[in-house]
Amino acid sequence: MRTAKPGYDKLIFELSCPGRHAHSLPECDVPVSDPAQLLPKEHLRAAPAELPEVSEVDVVRHYSRLSQMNYGVDTHFYPLGSCTMKYNPKINEDMARLAGFARLHPLTPEAAAQGALRLMDELSRDLAEVSGMDHVSLQPAAGAQGEMAGVLMIRAYHLARGERRTKVLIPDSAHGTNPASTALAGYSVVELRSEENGDVDLLDLERHLSDDVAAFMITQPNTLGLFESKIHQITEMCHAKGVQVYMDGANFNAILGITRPGDLGFDVCHFNLHKTFTTPHGGGGPGAGPVGIKEHLAPFLPTPVVVKDGDEYAFDWNRPQSIGKLQAFWGNFGMLVRAWTYIRTMGPDGLRAVSDNAVLNANYILKRLEGDYDRSAPGPCMHECVVSARRQKKLGVTATDIAKRLLDLGFYAPTTYFPLIVEEALMIEPTETESKETLDEFCDAMIQIAREARDNPQLIHDAPVTTPVRRLDQTAAARQPRLKWTPQAK
Amino acid sequence: MRYISNTPAQQREMLARIGVGSIEDLLSRVPTKARLSRPLNLPAAMAESDLVRHLRALSALNANADDYACFLGAGSYDHSVPSPINHLISRGEFFTAYTPYQPEASQGTLRSIFEYQSMMAELTGMDVANASLYDGASSVAEAALMAHAVTERNAIVLSKGLNPLYRQVVETYCEGPGIRLKSAPIGDGATDLDALRKAVGSQTAAVVIQHPNFFGCLEDVKAAADIAHAQGALLVVVADPVNLGLLTPPGALGADLVVGEGQGLGVPMSFGGPNLGVFAAKQELVRRIPGRLVGATVDLDGQRGFVLTLQTREQHIRREKATSNICTNVALCALMATIYVSIMGKVGIRKVGELSTAKAHYAAETFAKIPGVRVRFTAPFFKEFTLALPKSPERVAKRLMKEKILAGVPLKAFDRAQKDCLLVAVTEKRTRSEIDAYAAALAAAVA
Amino acid sequence: MANVPGELRYTKEHEWAKLDGDKARVGITAFAQEQLGDVVFVELPKVGAKVTAMKTFGVVESVKAVSDLFAPLSGEVVEINAELPKKPEVVNADPYGDGWMIVIKLSNAREWEGLMPAGDYEKLIAEAGH
Repeated sequence: MRTAKPGYDKLIFELSCPGRHAHSLPECDVPVSDPAQLLPKEHLRAAPAELPEVSEVDVVRHYSRLSQMNYGVDTHFYPLGSCTMKYNPKINEDMARLAGFARLHPLTPEAAAQGALRLMDELSRDLAEVSGMDHVSLQPAAGAQGEMAGVLMIRAYHLARGERRTKVLIPDSAHGTNPASTALAGYSVVELRSEENGDVDLLDLERHLSDDVAAFMITQPNTLGLFESKIHQITEMCHAKGVQVYMDGANFNAILGITRPGDLGFDVCHFNLHKTFTTPHGGGGPGAGPVGIKEHLAPFLPTPVVVKDGDEYAFDWNRPQSIGKLQAFWGNFGMLVRAWTYIRTMGPDGLRAVSDNAVLNANYILKRLEGDYDRSAPGPCMHECVVSARRQKKLGVTATDIAKRLLDLGFYAPTTYFPLIVEEALMIEPTETESKETLDEFCDAMIQIAREARDNPQLIHDAPVTTPVRRLDQTAAARQPRLKWTPQAK
Repeated sequence: MRYISNTPAQQREMLARIGVGSIEDLLSRVPTKARLSRPLNLPAAMAESDLVRHLRALSALNANADDYACFLGAGSYDHSVPSPINHLISRGEFFTAYTPYQPEASQGTLRSIFEYQSMMAELTGMDVANASLYDGASSVAEAALMAHAVTERNAIVLSKGLNPLYRQVVETYCEGPGIRLKSAPIGDGATDLDALRKAVGSQTAAVVIQHPNFFGCLEDVKAAADIAHAQGALLVVVADPVNLGLLTPPGALGADLVVGEGQGLGVPMSFGGPNLGVFAAKQELVRRIPGRLVGATVDLDGQRGFVLTLQTREQHIRREKATSNICTNVALCALMATIYVSIMGKVGIRKVGELSTAKAHYAAETFAKIPGVRVRFTAPFFKEFTLALPKSPERVAKRLMKEKILAGVPLKAFDRAQKDCLLVAVTEKRTRSEIDAYAAALAAAVA
Repeated sequence: MANVPGELRYTKEHEWAKLDGDKARVGITAFAQEQLGDVVFVELPKVGAKVTAMKTFGVVESVKAVSDLFAPLSGEVVEINAELPKKPEVVNADPYGDGWMIVIKLSNAREWEGLMPAGDYEKLIAEAGH
């Protein structure tokens, strides 16, 4: 039985009314306006594309109503582990929209794009300082592309030294993009066993290190939110066999100003600007995934590289050993402006306060929940904690059920079923921008759900009931995929 | 610290509850040897008004398309961006939401992506479109990888009409899998079909042509499709969706995959990013498509709802056997495009194409009247053309900058054979007086 | 009580095989379909394809996972279950009957002896359960 009020259930195509329009285009001011007089007939559409005919009011009302069906950080606590759903500052949005940035064509002559090039140069230096790396490329469009770029640079490095290594080692606790990006770079992936708390199993690592291994990729802190304290030993072991070490920077929010991958022995790391550096998630993108490297990998950086000559900035295209390009142009510049703005807003003390408060908030939640949910590891966590809903599973309530019930209680759910090595995992990352009051409300809700699992589990199985739709049939969606609107379907 | 809510008093309360004396105690797993022993060496924090002043000054150093008449193209275009787009995408529920993994709390994003997929399928004339990839160039690269996986063949033939920057991205992506890239030259502006026929063989996974191509010229998509299919290869057409309101969609001409850059659909140029990678395919290829897909389904009450579907092909489940490593789509840019297409609508999107091509032809005709200036190729063009000049295009462009004109892209760096040429793009936003002013300035510059 | 028919033999990757003269019919076990959840798609080889013991012959996809299908025995595919693309749910409903996937004409009949009998497979899945 639905308890939510009847929701809005239209698609823009269903609002279409022939003859309505929302566009405002000028009349043709050149002599010949008929395309049939300019182009061979076969190039012109026989019939117009079947697209909506709606008024501007229709458009604004429709998309405003759609937005009301979403949970966003602006409206809800969003404790998704490893996603760093922190507050997205509005000044970043204003600065990205300055005409000199937003209305700048990528192929504007460099002499007339000095403001953009300078911003890029400064951001890459900022990120180099934050990470202890020597160079940063801002070109990758997202973390996964940054990973691919990093692995390709490692590959180029080995080939340049006359070595053809074929394997990359990745822990079983790693995010899926790690093995996927590695496979794309032409390597075979060897999965290493992690210890129960996500730590690297040093014996397993030792057994696998050889001169056929190109790289070892790890996330620091690991995907259970714990700092890998044997890191120096790990990077030394790897380097002794000529193996490059890659840090997945998804969890950077834990270590800003506390430690730096470059100081820990990493050769490459990537950044997720849409996590630690507040560029908005946008419903699934765009992101930006700059990649930082040590000097020995510099010849292989993606092309072009921003260089500074006195007060002038330019693109250097003369990079014969470069791995090439990942995007047509220079990077997700709009996101780079936002990240630059954030770093200048925070300053060094502000960035240090980020990691301190991120760690504090996550540990506070872990403490408040440990009575009702199993910890995944002993000891303090860093910026995120992983608990297991093992106890609740015995009562027939799964991590999925808990996530859905949280939606009813006004929270977006944590990440579920990741990392794979924790049973019924719930990965919770509050970030530093949340207040104690919000954390308490969330913990109260989680504790309430644990109680409901004992006393009234049906409530949880039925959840969510207050959202615009209830649980959806994923099986039907996958068996008979309906991936676009058609006139008959509704 | 305005983005951090907790006061020192609250921090102390929390530490007490946790049972430690200070935040330092929580960092016990970080070895002392690993600790940064100094503050980060970054500029001090700036107050908002100082920051704004600084960035306004920095942005003012850039020749932007509000202050200059922009005739630059080559994969990024100054098309109209209707006013409601920015207002709608700035709604916090859209831009601060995450990937819709909890669909019940993400129906806004999911529905708009479903609309986007529908619109891209319609414009390209294909059966299915995904939720977007990073940009046009990487979409071509993903298409190459997909063709390789589907046909189990190891070579891709790329027309020289493909944007050279896109080709570089394809080369980077094909390096790991060891896919061989071959070229087919262009003739008088369009792909030389005889040369293409010779280049395509039994090991060709796909033929890639761009339409209109990098030089602005229209291609014979049907002929390229026939050549590819005769050898069992796929045809990948790289197209700008803005143009497809007027141009015959590649899907109707035999394309197996249609990819391209959707920036012209209401996404700011923003010095080259973020962008919008369009990816559309025929039905039989649907399970091999990279990236996200949104599908329609029903909920427990039989209500219509939308979910991410066919996710098992994606990295977070399939890991090293995934169709791609891509983890994001450019959801917010796809939303801009969805709203753009809604606003332009059936009639407007055709009109954008009509105005662009009309003005481009007027510009070409007007410029070609100047002594020594001519349109390089005879193949029909759409909204861009290659202009051969009697003087250095770089110097001509620099002179026209003084008249507040961004004249076009000098082609020497892209194709030495066209080193005396400028690539000129004309969209519906260029007025007749802007074009006439360009002609006058150009005449003076080459005199 | 595990659903492990006694007359079939099994692989450690959870496929079953039923011997019929010089041919074997192959599918996935009740345990496998339970672990996968609702099957949404099955990708099978073409008739005439050669398969090799313990190498993959296709893919079974559910909402939350994709699994490779491993051939229990070597030979040539002589039949495939044409119902499966249209009705993948049959794999869940009747994994040993209507949910069969391929029939292999065996190239090496001795390989049958190397497959796990029902008792051993039952032990394997009992250990896997928590």
